[in-house]
Amino acid sequence: MPQKSTRQALNEALRHEMQRDANVIVLGEDVAGGKGAQGEQDAWGGAFGVTKGLLGEFGSERVMDTPITESAFVGAAAGAAMTGLRPVVEIMFVDFLGVCFDQIFNQAAKFRYMFGGKAVTPMVIRTTFGAGSGSASQHSQTLYPIFTHIPGLKVVVPSNPYDAKGLLIEAIRDDDPVIFLENKIIYDDLGEVPDNAYIVPFGEANILREGTDVTIIALGRMTKLAAQAAATLADQGIECSLLDPRTTSPLDEDTILEFAEETGRVVVVDEAYPRCGMAADIAALIAEKAFDALQAPIIKVTPPHAPVPYAPELEAAFLPSVERIEDAVRKVYGHGR
Amino acid sequence: MRMQLARDELLAAYRLMKTIRVFEERVNLEMATGDIPGAVHLYAGQEASAVGICLHLDDQDRIASTHRGHGHSIAKGCDPEGMMAEIFGRATGTCRGKGGSMHIADLDKGMLGANGIVGGAPPIACGAALAAKCRKTHGVAVAFTGDGGINQGTTAESLNLARVWDLPVIFVVEDNGFAEATSSSWAVAGDILKRAEGYGIPAERVDGLDFFAVHEAGRRAISRARDGAGPTLLQIVLPRYYGHFSGDADTYRTAEEKEAMRKEQDCLTVFRARVIDAALLEPAQLDEIDATVDRLIDEAVQAARAAPRPVPEQVATDVYVRYI
Repeated sequence: MPQKSTRQALNEALRHEMQRDANVIVLGEDVAGGKGAQGEQDAWGGAFGVTKGLLGEFGSERVMDTPITESAFVGAAAGAAMTGLRPVVEIMFVDFLGVCFDQIFNQAAKFRYMFGGKAVTPMVIRTTFGAGSGSASQHSQTLYPIFTHIPGLKVVVPSNPYDAKGLLIEAIRDDDPVIFLENKIIYDDLGEVPDNAYIVPFGEANILREGTDVTIIALGRMTKLAAQAAATLADQGIECSLLDPRTTSPLDEDTILEFAEETGRVVVVDEAYPRCGMAADIAALIAEKAFDALQAPIIKVTPPHAPVPYAPELEAAFLPSVERIEDAVRKVYGHGR
Repeated sequence: MRMQLARDELLAAYRLMKTIRVFEERVNLEMATGDIPGAVHLYAGQEASAVGICLHLDDQDRIASTHRGHGHSIAKGCDPEGMMAEIFGRATGTCRGKGGSMHIADLDKGMLGANGIVGGAPPIACGAALAAKCRKTHGVAVAFTGDGGINQGTTAESLNLARVWDLPVIFVVEDNGFAEATSSSWAVAGDILKRAEGYGIPAERVDGLDFFAVHEAGRRAISRARDGAGPTLLQIVLPRYYGHFSGDADTYRTAEEKEAMRKEQDCLTVFRARVIDAALLEPAQLDEIDATVDRLIDEAVQAARAAPRPVPEQVATDVYVRYI
């Protein structure tokens, strides 16, 4: 199977769906690349190059640059989705969604419910998240818990190129508003990605590893760190299961509970802030529904409750590390033995 | 030009305006019974605006509305009985009791919802206009907003987007002089028309008491949009008979002011006088409409009161189209 980067996988997903359905349009800042400027019209393909080449293939009626006005174009995508299009909006950094929260959580997320089930809002907001690029507090946050908190939104966090393509195709075909969060650190990661269009369904956790001692649940890029930790721990005789939920809304509660019950010991690794975050949510789920199986307190491995810092030393201290995951696993493994 | 409407169009216009007026007066009355949950924001006094604009639209055209959305909904063809049931929170309401007064919508009629957020509508209307443009339906979209909404960033951003994308969208700013309790003479800096003109968008100020003026300005703006010439802004100056919401004692205006407003600034009275003076319609024809509308609204209230309430099992349905 061909090796492709996450960026290529996402680009292919967009291309497949634009070819399949004329109602799929792409809009965002610089997604066409250089609208209104002289020279190459497809210069950028968005700030991260994910939409590159789509303008040439689909034209400026379907690949639309926007002014830097997130409220207007995210709201316009919601209005367009309600009236027959399937817009895919690119927001350069999830941090920028702050200026248009109303359009996401009061408008798009609510149309279906508050109009009595009679509206569909098939839109996707693709955006990037995550620390590790030295971009500091306003370009590095991991904000999927905020969207997960809002009923009406579906929230997707791919961790590898294969999932990125299949989940984005599923997102575009879904009739609900989807927040699709791409960790910018994994754009160049390579993986096996089929050339054809395929779907990775929402709400099905990916079982990356099976072991009898400890269950690790990790999201997005954290799955890579957790996999590394699990490999080291296996050498030391601790066998871990590793789950990647892939979507936080819907959340695959069944698989999480099944694995938590099997090992009775759980570590949750999440790049989001600890308070009201996904790690807290998953830990609470297990504590509520699998309490009797637990043999140790659940440990959350997250950043501190602090904004993302700039200096490399501080940013490294902020992010969960392989070592911290290993320590957490050893601690839950040793509890009560 | 201004009054060249066929008699049946005049009758339809009057019927809609009257329906809105009676609907609102009755909702105000019913609020006092305590049977309506929450609050309502009444449109009475502004009827010529909704009807003057919406008479140009068909079901393919879309509107996005404001807190004060009952008038727009009726003008756009929503069923007053379903609306009344919705306001009473009944299962038979336009939104099955999940939206209420501030979220009445009927997508089949092109009514994309009243909106609980000031400034919520303009981006949505831009999206509907974008869909019409991409799908080549020749449809247009109207963003109703108020003098409060014009100050929101969403409106400014939407004006810009509508111009750069040349969207078939009309921004109708219903300027009733008050955003909640705060006067627009204080809160709106500069001139609303110049704001639009600053974005290269043609703009007109229209007398909201004069149905014919609104209808004509609406015609110009909507044909411009349909012809591919892009957005227009209309600032419609009109009165708001009630307070901002149903529990608003409206103490920022004197009783005399309010009495004079109702007496001197009534688009229905103006309409009646105009069509009767010009011998276009007989007083009896209008009186007949009055009687019909009274009956219709009365029946809507009775039906709403008799309608079933939503069952608790529905509290978490309709959140998603499909959720595994």
